[in-house]
Amino acid sequence: MARFVERAENLARILEVHETYARDKRGGRDWYTIVQLNADEEIFAEKYQSVSAKNVLHFYLADRENPTSIFSAVKSARENGRALRPLISTEMWVQLNVFYNRLAEIGDRELTPGALSPLLNEIKQACQTFTGIAEGTFYRDQASYFYRLGRYLERGDQTTRLLDSKYYVLMHDTDVTNMVNTGQWLALLRAASGYHAFRLLHQNDLTPWRIASFLLFNPSFPRSVFLCVREVDSALTALKSRYNLRGGNDVAEGLDQLRSILGTRSIDEVLTGGLHEFIDFVQRYLMAITDRLGAAFFGHPPVERAAWQHEELWPPLVPASPGGLQIQSQA
Amino acid sequence: MGEFVLDSYDPNGFYCEMLRCPATGEIRDRLGRMPMGEFKRRAAGAEEALYRLGITFTVYTDSQAIDRILPFDAIPRILPATEWDQIERGVKQRVTAINLLLDDLYHDQKILKDKLVPAELILGNANWRPQMRGVKIPHKAYVNICGTDIIRDEKGVFRVLEDNARTPSGVSYVIENRHMMLRSFPDLVDEIGLRSVEDYGMRLVGAMHDIAPPERAGDPAIVLLSPGTYNSAYFEHVFLAREMGVPLVEGRDLVVEDERVWMRTTGGLARVDVIYRRINDDFLDPQAFRPDSMLGVPGLMRAYFAGNVALANAIGTGVADDKAVYAYMPRIIRYYLDEDAIIDNVETNICREPSALRYTLDHLDELVVKPVGEAGGYGITIGPRASRAEIEECRTKLLADPANYISQPCISLSVSPTLIDGAVEPRHVDLRPFAITGKDTWVLPGGLTRVALRRGSLVVNSSQGGGSKDTWVLE
Repeated sequence: MARFVERAENLARILEVHETYARDKRGGRDWYTIVQLNADEEIFAEKYQSVSAKNVLHFYLADRENPTSIFSAVKSARENGRALRPLISTEMWVQLNVFYNRLAEIGDRELTPGALSPLLNEIKQACQTFTGIAEGTFYRDQASYFYRLGRYLERGDQTTRLLDSKYYVLMHDTDVTNMVNTGQWLALLRAASGYHAFRLLHQNDLTPWRIASFLLFNPSFPRSVFLCVREVDSALTALKSRYNLRGGNDVAEGLDQLRSILGTRSIDEVLTGGLHEFIDFVQRYLMAITDRLGAAFFGHPPVERAAWQHEELWPPLVPASPGGLQIQSQA
Repeated sequence: MGEFVLDSYDPNGFYCEMLRCPATGEIRDRLGRMPMGEFKRRAAGAEEALYRLGITFTVYTDSQAIDRILPFDAIPRILPATEWDQIERGVKQRVTAINLLLDDLYHDQKILKDKLVPAELILGNANWRPQMRGVKIPHKAYVNICGTDIIRDEKGVFRVLEDNARTPSGVSYVIENRHMMLRSFPDLVDEIGLRSVEDYGMRLVGAMHDIAPPERAGDPAIVLLSPGTYNSAYFEHVFLAREMGVPLVEGRDLVVEDERVWMRTTGGLARVDVIYRRINDDFLDPQAFRPDSMLGVPGLMRAYFAGNVALANAIGTGVADDKAVYAYMPRIIRYYLDEDAIIDNVETNICREPSALRYTLDHLDELVVKPVGEAGGYGITIGPRASRAEIEECRTKLLADPANYISQPCISLSVSPTLIDGAVEPRHVDLRPFAITGKDTWVLPGGLTRVALRRGSLVVNSSQGGGSKDTWVLE
């Protein structure tokens, strides 16, 4: 439930920023990057003839058959909510219901330029309202901690996706005077609601690596990967200590390790090793955590992910830099 | 009312910014395809959003405070690259000349010795600050933020109407209007090739770094000093502080010790190196200027003169944007730069000169008469629009204090199509580009286009029923 709401919110953020700010030199917008970002090229191509703004927006906002659309995410959140109804507050359930009904009535007219931005804002606010209601009404029992776990796992994952979506632009142009790309970087920060927080930290230094570092490692930014992992860790610790849950030791260990990587690795090291590779590593790590949480607490069968899982408990650590291991051995 | 935007638009013989410009073809086509009903709906949505975002100024009446938005017109004002090039060069030239003038006036006063500008006009000016004599200003950048008001006459010629070299406001609307257009009319912007306005905050921070005390350069602590929440431009102060990523402070948040400026924080006092102040000189320090000022910081001037803190803009810039000094600006530009003005002045009669006074009195019904010390469009008499009684009142004031007035011919400002009560009509516009100066000068592409919303009105000031438009500089 928490994960679906986070997912819907993040998608609304990406679409809104794309609609409004993420323009190229001529002021154009390439909508296909969003399809690529979500790795939906195949199912998109099956359903739509062309990559127009209208099609992409329909696909991600209102398409009932697309499992990654905002509609589907909120529908799933509501279905989860129905199943969890005895555990969650009435207000949470009502919000999911109202939200779902609102999305069900989205017409084509709301997907037109000018109407879209208010709609996406409304969706973002509905998600934030849900999160606020949960914070204010959800009885702090086991269920609420699992809710927090899910929310922050998803949020961290979504931030890596956001960063990955622009990494090509970010990494292949270091010309800071180039306003087009500055616009893209600002768009990235705005998508994460990090623009003003970032400006507070770096008044005069809007470089891609600073932005990447901010979104990955900043300890105070509510959507940074580091903060999200820390929150997942604290929710898990609470579950284990307050409710004496015995499972999840392996997850706790994994979280410790991920936290320490995020807490100590410098952005320079990440860049030398490849930002995309690092993001990929974090995403696989978060996936492994999800799988293991499922196995530890809900008896989910182990998920086939990738070859590394059969031999290793966690994804192989990406080296900080190509020469990183050698430096270690010398030390 | 036409079916589409621009269908029934008629500029009534005025110079129209939209129709006269060949580069607006594509934009006109798009507006020409947009049904009126949809356009109005989106325009209303944009104003609603401005209200929700709190992009408002506050109007106080006896019993209540009312938040108003600066009316926003959704039809952009467009400047093609060639026209912008002239404006950009003209504004840079003007700012350069103003800074050279200020440096001269507060040091050698060559221009006064050469009698190019009457000494009493400067030394007797209410905004002359003798305390600034001999004070060294980094890069001679006195005016770090300048707003130059530019109009366009009936022939389409750009002319400078006024320099704003003290604390010009309005830049927040430039950026917020753009955001509003991108949200409400993304399809109008697509592939047009629009110059971005996104980096104003960064440029401003860059200039603040340039003027920081040398021993604090590198990572100076910058703050924005506002008169506080009751100021009508408070929204802009918040906006700029956020865009710059610097703390927003009021006078009571700052304290001067050992000729250094400190900010009160929860963790104790923190050093301040550069202050972007949005408070006029005379309210800045009750020990140096108006003793009754509650907005200022006692002792600030001591720290400033000791070189321990930079102020933007510098103290005493008001003498350069005076309406009387304005009349001399073409000559000032030639004097310091040996160049002709790239953007001309509006022809100006300086009423302190007897012949100009006589001419003005004889042609009151044709001229615009302005008091030199006022801002915000107050105290102006527009001859052709004035009643008999208003003309006579103006004559009395002129005769009582001629030196306080200038007069200019009444110029038919250019117009821009504007949505008024559901129909698109011509309304007069001006333009205020913003220039930032540290080591060198940068001009934000575009600027604030103000529009006089009342039919036939030439007064664009927000305090007098003006609104604004997004200004598009094309690549």
